[in-house]
Amino acid sequence: MTDVVLHMDGITKEFPGVKALDGVHLNVYKSKVMALLGENGAGKSTLMKILSGVYQKTSGEIYFKGEKLEVTGPKDAMQKGIAIIHQELNLIEGLSIAENIFMGRFPSKYGKVNWKIMHNESKKLLDRLNLDLDPKRKVQSLSIGQKQMVEIAKALSFEAELIIMDEPTDALTDSETESLFKVIEDLVKAEKSVVYISHRLPEIFKICDDVTILRDGSFVGEMPVSEINENQLIEMMVGRKLEEQYSYLDCKTEEVVFRVDALSNALVKDIIFDIKKGEILGVAGLMGAGRTELAKSIYGNIPCDIKDMSVSGVKVYGKTEKQAIDEGIAYVSEDRKKDGLVLGLSVGNNITLSSLGQYSTATVINKKSEKNCIHYYKDAMSIKTPSVNQKVKLLSGGNQQKVSIAKSLSVKPKILILDEPTRGVDVGAKKEIYELMNTFKKEGLGILMISSEIPELLGVCDRIMVMHEGKISGILNRVEATQEKIMRLAIGAGESIQ
Amino acid sequence: MKKINLSKFQSIIGLVIFSIVVSLINDRFMTGSNILNILRQTSINSIIAAGMTFVIITGGIDLSVGATLALSGAVVAMLISLGYSPIVAIVAALAVGGGIGFFNGIVIAKGKLQPFIVTLATMTVFRGITLVFTDGKPISAGYEKNAEFLSNIGNGYFIGIPIPIIIMILVFIIGFYVLTQTTLGRYVYSLGGNEEATKLSGVNTDRIKIMVYTISGVLAALAGIIITARLSSAQPTAGSGYELDAIAAVVLGGTSLAGGVGSILGTVTGALIIGVLNNALNLMNVSSYYQLLAKGIVILIAVLLDRKNK
Repeated sequence: MTDVVLHMDGITKEFPGVKALDGVHLNVYKSKVMALLGENGAGKSTLMKILSGVYQKTSGEIYFKGEKLEVTGPKDAMQKGIAIIHQELNLIEGLSIAENIFMGRFPSKYGKVNWKIMHNESKKLLDRLNLDLDPKRKVQSLSIGQKQMVEIAKALSFEAELIIMDEPTDALTDSETESLFKVIEDLVKAEKSVVYISHRLPEIFKICDDVTILRDGSFVGEMPVSEINENQLIEMMVGRKLEEQYSYLDCKTEEVVFRVDALSNALVKDIIFDIKKGEILGVAGLMGAGRTELAKSIYGNIPCDIKDMSVSGVKVYGKTEKQAIDEGIAYVSEDRKKDGLVLGLSVGNNITLSSLGQYSTATVINKKSEKNCIHYYKDAMSIKTPSVNQKVKLLSGGNQQKVSIAKSLSVKPKILILDEPTRGVDVGAKKEIYELMNTFKKEGLGILMISSEIPELLGVCDRIMVMHEGKISGILNRVEATQEKIMRLAIGAGESIQ
Repeated sequence: MKKINLSKFQSIIGLVIFSIVVSLINDRFMTGSNILNILRQTSINSIIAAGMTFVIITGGIDLSVGATLALSGAVVAMLISLGYSPIVAIVAALAVGGGIGFFNGIVIAKGKLQPFIVTLATMTVFRGITLVFTDGKPISAGYEKNAEFLSNIGNGYFIGIPIPIIIMILVFIIGFYVLTQTTLGRYVYSLGGNEEATKLSGVNTDRIKIMVYTISGVLAALAGIIITARLSSAQPTAGSGYELDAIAAVVLGGTSLAGGVGSILGTVTGALIIGVLNNALNLMNVSSYYQLLAKGIVILIAVLLDRKNK
């Protein structure tokens, strides 16, 4: 018989015009790790924000340790023993570890901070996490994994009974992930309970006891992890049978649509490659290999020297983003929130941001032809939104990504550069994006696709170009490429295969 | 079916309620001549605030408008007194204003500097130039035929409406049109919402910045011409502190200082709220010291209410 620590019953949350959660249940058991799964936009974050007091629920009840719980705000939640560790960490970089742990409640007398107590207490907390760090050290000098541990230490300092982790391993290295799992095990041993949110299914099987699945704001099911496999999980998440995840389409021609000859600047060196009409050229490499920098250099965002660059045989210059677009090159940024979308503007206005000139005469916008374009892309890319006038920030990650791609497509490019097109996008939307890419291929576009997920590159690309320290370390054909060969080239261990 | 978003109109509702209250307290408020009076007094601030709206929606600010107003006013008075035709004088003054704005825009866009600092500096520079140019003394436009034409802009009527009001209405109609119907307007909003994304979308963001500061400069000059015309002379210290009134009108109208959000209609309302408040306090014989106090408090309350609704 396991004790239920937290019981959320029939939680409903309505935002103006949208029902984000509809009667959702969640149980968390004592000394257990509960996985919370669902696609982007399924309502996981909203549910956790209600639990941690960021949002107020519209209806439903929460019971914590057998008592009814009302949370008025994040601080209140913490004091009641519920701590959340957000995907984006909430630490103040310029302050020390100890100051961050005790933020807002420094041990003090008559307004004078007792540093000794603070540092000693912090040290004890860090020791509990097997972390050999000086509490006086500034947070900005820590790695992301260490910062996360500081957040956990902060949660422990509140004697939190329930710790929520929202995609904690997204930015961690493998060894940091291992030590996080170790800490989670220790937490469980110390009779704490954990809610674990992640897109990485193998992790769920590794550390979670039970799993709760949400889809489109509704509760789908709860079951022990031991009674389910990965495919069943995905099916429950997306609500349909999952066939082959990647769908490769062979429609490559011999006609070169894009050629880059000797592109160099401070970040990338001697880049030479071409893309055929209807081909996807993948770009693999480790962080810092210069992949995004290459894309931005081609796109005129980063100055560079080029011996020659041509689109369909016509020499192009791409000195500015606008010139690149006019010459037939479009770029979809890896960071859609920072570089891709104007979040405060509507879906429609974002779609036409790059191509507004096409629907205007003497700078006056022809609203009717603009609207036609917006609806064309909304339908063609099946962007799910209540209205094209909806602010784009209210859309799910996958739909935002589609808007970002639609914006670049609307300029009718010949070359489409996709930088991490499936990052932060759920399984179902990923598949839709791959299928869209196949459609673009058929229409004769050349695609340069940057990705950090090697299986994805192997799944959809015709050729894969691997970069290492700003240089091309090899270009592999679809048939010869393997995960291992790509890794060897990415770490600079392989000889050039051209 | 369609839900009307009341918060969109809250500054207008505020203005209407406020006007009703004032008219109940004082029966001289709701008379035709007083309304025209308010509108005429508001016209200067409104015209400056219209330009300021463009700048603030891009996430910038223009502190140099008061100094621009003074220098352009001095230029128009000087040229008229030297016997130039009013058209030449007016075009020259507008060009001076546009030039100052263009300069601000170039420095901000190409120098990648904070608009606050840049326009704080140019505000001081151009106030200084005005004082040097006028030797610190008022410049009379003189009494020639040309001066009379100029004076008409400030004091004349067209179909019974004072000309400054007509100019103000035209400025607002054009401003509204540009912001809502043209590519420039759309880029102004998207630049304020996310500059990097706008730039990566192929928009020449530097050009948009230069354009909004130029617009702000031209409209400040237009306000300067009207003030000079009204008094038939230019004061070297004219327009001191007007930048703050314009910013207040824009913010009262619901435009966010963070950029990306705002409207011309809001700015009209904001300017009118300030105008009605000034007029009401005058009608009630409140001393000008208390007037400042009251104005500040009203602005604070208004933005607090606005904040609550978000």
